[in-house]
Amino acid sequence: MATLKTFTRRAFLVGSAAVAGGVAFGIYLVIRNPENPNLRDLADGAASFNPWVRIDATGITLITPHVDIGQGSASMQAALIAEEMDLGWADFETDFGRPAPAYWNTAMATESAPVLPWDDSFGAQAMRASMGSLLKVMGVQATGGSTTTPDSFVKLREAGAMARETLKLAASQRTGVAVADLRTEAGAVHLPDGTSLPYTELAAEAALLEPVQDTPLRDPSSWRLIGQPMPRTDILAKSTGQAIYGIDIELGLGLGGMARASVRVNPRKGGVLNSYDASAAEDMPGVERIVEITGGVAVIASNSWYAMQALDRIVYDWGPAPFAPEQADHWAALEQGFTDETFDSEWLSVGDVDADMPGTTEVVAEYRAPYVAHQPLEPLNAIVLVEDGGVQVWTGHQMPRFLQQEVAKITGHDAEQVVLHNQYSGGSFGHRLEFEYIKQATEIAMQMRGTPVKLTYSRELDFAQDFPRQITLARSRGAVRDGQVISFDTQIAAPSVIRSQMGRIGIMVPGPDIQMAAGVWQQPYGFENARVRTYAIEGLSPVSSWRSVGASANGFIGEGFLDELIHAAGADPLEERLRLCTLDPVSRQVLEAVGEMSNWGEVLPDGTGRGVALVHSFGVPCAEIVEVTATDNGIRLNRVWVAADVGRVMDPVNFDNQVKGGVIWGLGHAINSEITYSDGIADQTNFHAHEGMRMYQAPEIFVRGLENGHVRGIGEPPVPPAAPALANAIFAATGQRIREMPFWNHIDFV
Amino acid sequence: MQLNVNGEEREVDVSPDMPLLWVLREELNLPGTRYGCGIAQCGACTVHIDGQAARSCQTRVGDLDGARITTIEGIGQPEALHAVQQAWVEHQVAQCGYCQSGQIMQAAALLDTNPAPTDEDIDFAMSGNLCRCGTYPRIREAIHTAARLMEG
Repeated sequence: MATLKTFTRRAFLVGSAAVAGGVAFGIYLVIRNPENPNLRDLADGAASFNPWVRIDATGITLITPHVDIGQGSASMQAALIAEEMDLGWADFETDFGRPAPAYWNTAMATESAPVLPWDDSFGAQAMRASMGSLLKVMGVQATGGSTTTPDSFVKLREAGAMARETLKLAASQRTGVAVADLRTEAGAVHLPDGTSLPYTELAAEAALLEPVQDTPLRDPSSWRLIGQPMPRTDILAKSTGQAIYGIDIELGLGLGGMARASVRVNPRKGGVLNSYDASAAEDMPGVERIVEITGGVAVIASNSWYAMQALDRIVYDWGPAPFAPEQADHWAALEQGFTDETFDSEWLSVGDVDADMPGTTEVVAEYRAPYVAHQPLEPLNAIVLVEDGGVQVWTGHQMPRFLQQEVAKITGHDAEQVVLHNQYSGGSFGHRLEFEYIKQATEIAMQMRGTPVKLTYSRELDFAQDFPRQITLARSRGAVRDGQVISFDTQIAAPSVIRSQMGRIGIMVPGPDIQMAAGVWQQPYGFENARVRTYAIEGLSPVSSWRSVGASANGFIGEGFLDELIHAAGADPLEERLRLCTLDPVSRQVLEAVGEMSNWGEVLPDGTGRGVALVHSFGVPCAEIVEVTATDNGIRLNRVWVAADVGRVMDPVNFDNQVKGGVIWGLGHAINSEITYSDGIADQTNFHAHEGMRMYQAPEIFVRGLENGHVRGIGEPPVPPAAPALANAIFAATGQRIREMPFWNHIDFV
Repeated sequence: MQLNVNGEEREVDVSPDMPLLWVLREELNLPGTRYGCGIAQCGACTVHIDGQAARSCQTRVGDLDGARITTIEGIGQPEALHAVQQAWVEHQVAQCGYCQSGQIMQAAALLDTNPAPTDEDIDFAMSGNLCRCGTYPRIREAIHTAARLMEG
């Protein structure tokens, strides 16, 4: 024990106190608000009162800096602005805006700070504020961590109110009518005599005014949009094939044409290209050029398909994998990974899990979660145009400012000279937090300066190069007595996602990786004895954030094992969780709700069973009950009930859609999907071998949103409880306990 | 070679081996038909060939002499929606939306041959169309709604 590296929260506190105190970068940077990027190139007669609103005589544009990867963020951000600005749904357009420090994420700190989510004490708040200051000074603009809603909820309504009041002031100055006598509706200021002045007509005058600050936000009882079902702004385009994703963009008019490229890089991710022979590819139809890039080769052709065909004809000599080549080695490294050297942190320590506990029954178990691929349906792609004066990039990306830096490192420009035109994305699930495809497109574009180069990944390339969800192995030990769970101890070995991911862009993150314990240490259970420790294993596949990140594996570990303990105690899985759920009343209400929704406890037919799981992730307690039936052909998923508390449901339809999608994501991959490595190469090359879930397997899902806690996002929290609720249901139906994903390696499904 | 796409004769000059998908997307500027997997495992590239749902990533353009090809752009437009599209909007099916062109084309073909499909029929017809966002429950509901719209 004495040799353990004792990272403590205190060490973290010291570091962040220095940050909060301005020691690290000066207090001025912390209190200063970054400039409004819209003002840089604002035309005469146009107004921009803050980074989120731009108006001119022709229209109103709302800047929605959280990119839309399918979660409906563009509509939701627009609705928050429109609510206070009194805009109708057809009165504006949306734009993801340019990368700028002004769009720093005010909510990401909440998830990064090592404090319990329901802890509102001064110390916890100070910790979150410190982390927030760091993100502000760094100008971290990011879509992720289910933060779009909490980041936007207050500041975008304030942006809308500021715009509305400034436009009213302009109308007042023009007409002589007092501001108090003006009202706003449907994108216009209305005078008492019935005259309307559209905002667009007031833009030029409003642009000359100092924006009106500190307007009180409206009472929720007066909201027109928030809390109501809203038609997504993109729904018509996405239902008619008219939606334009990054992969659909065609450039070239006036630029001498756009080059289309595809690449092949070492399928042993990160390995080198020793040599290649492209002679068989050079004369293939459509091929225009073949160039070398880091770790591989690019073919430029008149059609992306020609480029992909030509890449198949090139003979490559690849270097070895820079990580353990065989899957068995990965598991062996985890099995041997519970050592003082690999110890990352102790996240929870209550009572004494090592104490002698007379009269108890001990339960031990080992849980495993494999690598899993992201594979959004739109393959990765990017267009890059390198010119002397700057670089332009067209792609969908979750980290616009880091993207600027990564491109600038290659081209030699300043990061500010890199302009990102962020695009709607055909999914992401964390995939578009990465930069390899951007860097590859940039390398090609450097060899074709002045020509926009569009890189399109083949699906096979996308699978081969995916940095998957972290592989995880956990050893759990617990004790039960007199029908109750007495002790819960879990030790988790996995690669550090945060260090792997941030390391690729040259950022060293100090301290332990909180995601390694996410989904298990922040559970609202008041155990008598509990401990959670994490061990960081190096030398495995590089990994990346996969929808719900650490909790995607840890939720299964924690709630699967807790279910084992409860069954060993002879208790009811829901009742015992309710008994244990003493730390957070909001979580308790979620458990009660899901029990009530499903009529938990009702008599079920033979062969049918239900399992429950509660996981607190991204500040959201989410409880799920899965019902399955064991048929002659395998397990059939019948129904799922879900209750989650996000403080406020912004749009019940989108909420419902996100929750159902999260459940299907969680269940589908838990049942069907894994990435394994042979000779350093992923064995799964396309969707036939890594499906997620298809429609025939999708259960009926019932959703309830609760509004008792803090305002939070719903993109990720429904994922972690899905796998354990299913494993627990299978146990209830069959008596078979599954401790390893994907489940189909252990039991058949219909 | 000549192709009949959405009722128009179009001229293309490509290898006859090129999959229809890449002709539509990059030669004919019809990007609504999506590339997802290239091996007929995801259904994002689904079009109608002579009224039948087909995976355009597995259809050689050289084999399409005289065939009528209909893409997502050809079955309806924002101002003149097909009943399936109308149902898709009503149920707010799309999340990322990337698979939905193919889902809609597959659903329209299903309803052509089976005007009142059961949930089981829908699962059978639609399970070749992958949706990574998990919009399946809404797709089921929207197909039932579209069936009613087409009946009316």
